[in-house]
This record gives sequence, structure tokens and C-alpha cells, in this order.
Amino acid sequence: MNIIVCVSHVPDTTTRINVGADKKSMDPAGVKFILNPYDEFAVEEALRLRDKFKGEVTAISVGADNAKEAIRQALAMGADKGILVKGDKSDSFQVADMLAAAIKPLSPDLILLGKQSIDFDGMEIASMLSELLDLPAATVAVALNIEGNKATVEKEVEGGRETIQLDMPCIVAAQKGLNEPRYPSLPNIMKAKQKPIQEVSGAPGAKRTEIVEMTKPEKKRANKIVKIDGNASQAAHELARMLHEEAKII
Amino acid sequence: MLVDYYDLESLLTEEQHMIRDTVRNFVESEVLPIIEEHNQAMTFPRELVPKIGSLGLLGPTLPEQYGCAGLDNIAYGLIMQELERGDSAVRSFASVQSSLVMYPIFTYGTEEQRMKWLPRLASGGAIGCFGLTEPDFGSNPGGMITNAKKTSNGYILNGAKMWITNGTIADVAVVWAKVDSDSSKSIRGFLVERGMKGFTAPEMKGKYSLRASVTSELVFQDVELPEENMLPGVAGLKGPLSCLTQARYGIAWGAIGAAMACYESSVDYAKSRIQFDKPIGGFQLVQAKLAEMLTEITKAQLLVYRLGTLKNEGKMRPQQVSMAKRNNVDMALQIARIARDVHGANGILGEYPIMRHMMNLESVRTYEGTHDIHTLVLGEDITGIAAYT
Repeated sequence: MNIIVCVSHVPDTTTRINVGADKKSMDPAGVKFILNPYDEFAVEEALRLRDKFKGEVTAISVGADNAKEAIRQALAMGADKGILVKGDKSDSFQVADMLAAAIKPLSPDLILLGKQSIDFDGMEIASMLSELLDLPAATVAVALNIEGNKATVEKEVEGGRETIQLDMPCIVAAQKGLNEPRYPSLPNIMKAKQKPIQEVSGAPGAKRTEIVEMTKPEKKRANKIVKIDGNASQAAHELARMLHEEAKII
Repeated sequence: MLVDYYDLESLLTEEQHMIRDTVRNFVESEVLPIIEEHNQAMTFPRELVPKIGSLGLLGPTLPEQYGCAGLDNIAYGLIMQELERGDSAVRSFASVQSSLVMYPIFTYGTEEQRMKWLPRLASGGAIGCFGLTEPDFGSNPGGMITNAKKTSNGYILNGAKMWITNGTIADVAVVWAKVDSDSSKSIRGFLVERGMKGFTAPEMKGKYSLRASVTSELVFQDVELPEENMLPGVAGLKGPLSCLTQARYGIAWGAIGAAMACYESSVDYAKSRIQFDKPIGGFQLVQAKLAEMLTEITKAQLLVYRLGTLKNEGKMRPQQVSMAKRNNVDMALQIARIARDVHGANGILGEYPIMRHMMNLESVRTYEGTHDIHTLVLGEDITGIAAYT
């Protein structure tokens, strides 16, 4: 089975993000990057399927040079080779367009990816790839079973689960719960260095979105404990006064 | 959060980064959630052993043909740091297995001995221990009483070892004994296997330190060892001492992990604990404590990074390891004690890692060469005059 996994290089969930000087991008200084957590489920699933059906897992990423780290992480988990498509990844359609162009000639049996990347959180790539490659897609997958040329996917829907069947080749976007991703073992981390990463330049169509401005969420206000003397009625009056005059929220 | 005030991060290779992060993730999700319970119950988290093995954390610097990762020494140090950020007991398990069992079998053993033991020890399928210290011979190992008598086809081993990490659960013990003589020059290493007649390993109870680690006595009563269980590659005290240099190198890194855990917890606590209407981190006395902690950790990091570079270049001297072990463990213990103050009453609770690290570090301070003995190692190196006796 020829499996493609799309991986994204994203800021660590615990890292502190600052907006860059242009107010349209993230300031990368001091930011720790990781393999997108949802993509880890995709990589794990790909490795399990490869071990079951034989074949090859190719990890592909769109981004700058440092996106190779995400590919390398997938290789350290056990993927066989990598492709870095060099390009800007701020517009979902461009990313999908560049991915589709790189994936198409490889004619994979299965394309796996995380349901979303935790940087831009667009949740659009799986559906866009489906359209661009003319392949069926299942999003938010929590179980995947392949028999013959059919893929059965259990996916989360509002308030429950839905089981759908897709013809292969197809696209499956992983949700947490699909599996328990492995840790890359130290020998595999060392071997990852020897695995090939092919670099290509992306040539996407025009952008469909433009980042106008990035801002940080407003700081949470400090909590305050106030002591109010008097009985319940007096306390309620005083509290109402403070909320009105000091906090100015009523 | 990384404690990296001097951006040592940028000196690491991509592999070293990935290794550090992998072990850190492993410790966060597999060790920290269970370690306090094991610590309270005084049980070794044996369920971690296969996981530690499959990650490749055992004997990680040894070559691939024995099932190991062939890492450099800085990567090895980072592994020790991250494991001890979890708990000294878990790091001690890995240290002993890697530096005190796999290292001598690799360095002084025959190819048969290597093939028999190293792949199993690397995967965690077998556990090893190291027997040097005796009830009456700690800082003076050359005085050991344990002896092996040469017979026509092997040796008869008699004696006892004490303070042996992993002892009771070990499948193989690397035991150092004098052969047919009282001289320390006759010391040889032997592989004593679980189940051999006359070999028992009772666990020592009642520890206030390294409670999540197995500490044992090893007792040998006329244990018959075949010739092929002797490590042929070394004779004399330099055999066990060379192993201890490896282990101490890892300890110097490990102690930083424990110190980081105490420091991080202290910073979080100082910023969130409110007294007199402001976070206690806003008071000068607390700030002084935090500044002191960060400075000492940073110095310790610089020490081991340079030591690792020297080790990678084959230029590291055992005395340099003594300096790093001595300084870093003392540093970590002092930080744990200061952290306990910062946390106030909460510092004594198992909910915070402080007291566990502090009690563990009390052992780390005196095992693998006491703080004082390492002082004398440096004293001798400086003056050329030995002051041990």
C-alpha cells in the first residue's frame, strides 16, 4: 500500500506566541515547533497499515526549510521517505493546491492527514484535497478499517458517530482517538537522518485569503476577592455598586 | 517550558533535540502520572521497563549490532537529564543498566557475552545490576572481601554486596571479586545469573530515599561460575572504576533534571501563590531564591555540556567527571531544599515533586562516590598528594 501522510510543522501548544512586527504573521523568535498533534495520529495509522499490508509511507509537508523537522519526526516514527514542498502556508487553498500537485503523480492508495493543524486551525485541507484530486474524503476519523479496496471510517459527528464507506484511493483526516501514536525510538531517530527528503518548489494558484491583521487575545483580568461587611442585603448592594462603578460591566 | 537561560538549545543537533523531546514527552505522559504513587508505596515502576527498552534508552551509546542506538554522549546526558526530571529512581535504573552493566559487558566482555546479554538488556527483556560496594567497603572498594576461587573449570564465588540498585529484580549481576588473593590487583568482573545456586538478592527495606527504586543485598554462598562468566578484558580496580566514570557522567546530567523540576515548580508556585495581596514571586526574598536557582542550574548545564564535548572527543578525564558529579548533585540538592522553602507547607506534599527529589538526591549525593570522596579526587588532582588515607 502506497500511503501519503501530510504533516504540518506547528508551534508547540505550550509555547508563547507573539505577533510579528508586520502584524500579519507570527514572530518565530523563541517559538518551539512540533509535529502537528493530529498529524501524529495520521502517521501512526499509516505505519500500522503499512506494517499490515506492506508498502511505503511518504510524509509530505508544505512550508519553509524548517518544516523538514516535522517530516523528520514522521521519519523517526517510522515513515520511509519525505517530501518538502517549499512554499507559504498561510492560505489553505494554496497549501492544498501545492499538496495536490505533489501527491498526484505518486498515485497513492491512501492519503492520511490530521483533521486540522493547530497553527491556522482551518480544517480545510482534507476537503480541498478531495476536490482537487477528485478523491473521496472522510474527516474527523476515529476508526479506520481497510478491506479490499474499501475503507470503512468511523467519524465524529455532532452528538454521535457516523460510519461511512469510501472507495480507495481516498483521503482520511485523523481525529484524536484514532490510535495511540508511538514515540519515535532512539535508533529510529538516528536512522531518520539517512532517510531521503526530496525538496520541490511549490507553484500554487492565487491566494484565496489574505491575512489582514493578527492580534493576541485580550489578557485575562486579574481576579479579585473583595471583603464586604454587613448583612446579605447590604453586601448585595455593595457588590452591585462595584460591578457597576468599578468593573463597569453592569 | 525549558530551563535554558544561556540558549544551550542552539548548540544541540537536530537528533539531540528530537531525543531530548522524545524522552521528555515519555516522562511527562508515562512517568510523572505514576511516580508519586510508586514513591509512596515504595515500589519500582516495573511496567516502565519494556517501554524504556523499546524507546532505546538502555545502553543508548552502544553500537547498533547489539540492538542499541549508537548515540553520542550529549544525547546520552540529555536522556539522563530528562529521566531524572521525572525521578532519580527511574534514572538510576537506566544508569545502572546502561553504564554499570551494559558498558562493562561491551567493554570487557567476549563477543559471546555481548551477544548473550546486550540485546536483551537493551530491550528491557533482561535487567542487570552491578555489585561493587560491600557492607564494610564503600569508599574503599579495594578492601573488598568478596572472592572467587579458581577451580579446574571456573570459579567458586563467596561474599556479599550491598546497596545494589536493581539487585532483587536482576537477571544478571556484574560482580567484582578478588581472585585467589587479597590484592586489589586481582579484582575481576563476573557475570552472576539469576537462579544460580547459592546466589540470593534480598531487597533492602525502610528507605526514605529512592523509594521507587529496588535496592538490594547480593549474597554469594559457594556460587559455581563457569569460566565463560568471567569478563576477560580487565583486571584490578580500574575495571569497576571505569564503569563508575560512565555512570557518574550520567548522574552529573541527571541531577540537572531534578533541579529543573524543582525550579519550574518553584517559579509556577511563586507566580500563583498570593500573600499580602500579591504573588510571593513579587517579594525580594523569593526572587533571590529563584535567581540563585536559575544561576546554579545554568552553571551546571555549561559544565556538563563541555564535559560531554570532551567525552565525545575522547578527552574526558575521570577527575573532570568527579567535578561535575560533585557540583551538580550538590547544586540539585540545594535547589530542592530552597524549593521546599518557596513552596511553604505545600513543599512537603507529594502533590509537588519537591520533597521526592530532595530525598532522592540525598542518596545521589553519596552514591557513585560520595561528595567528599570526589572532593578528595579533585584535591589529589590539584596537589598530586592523595588524602584518602
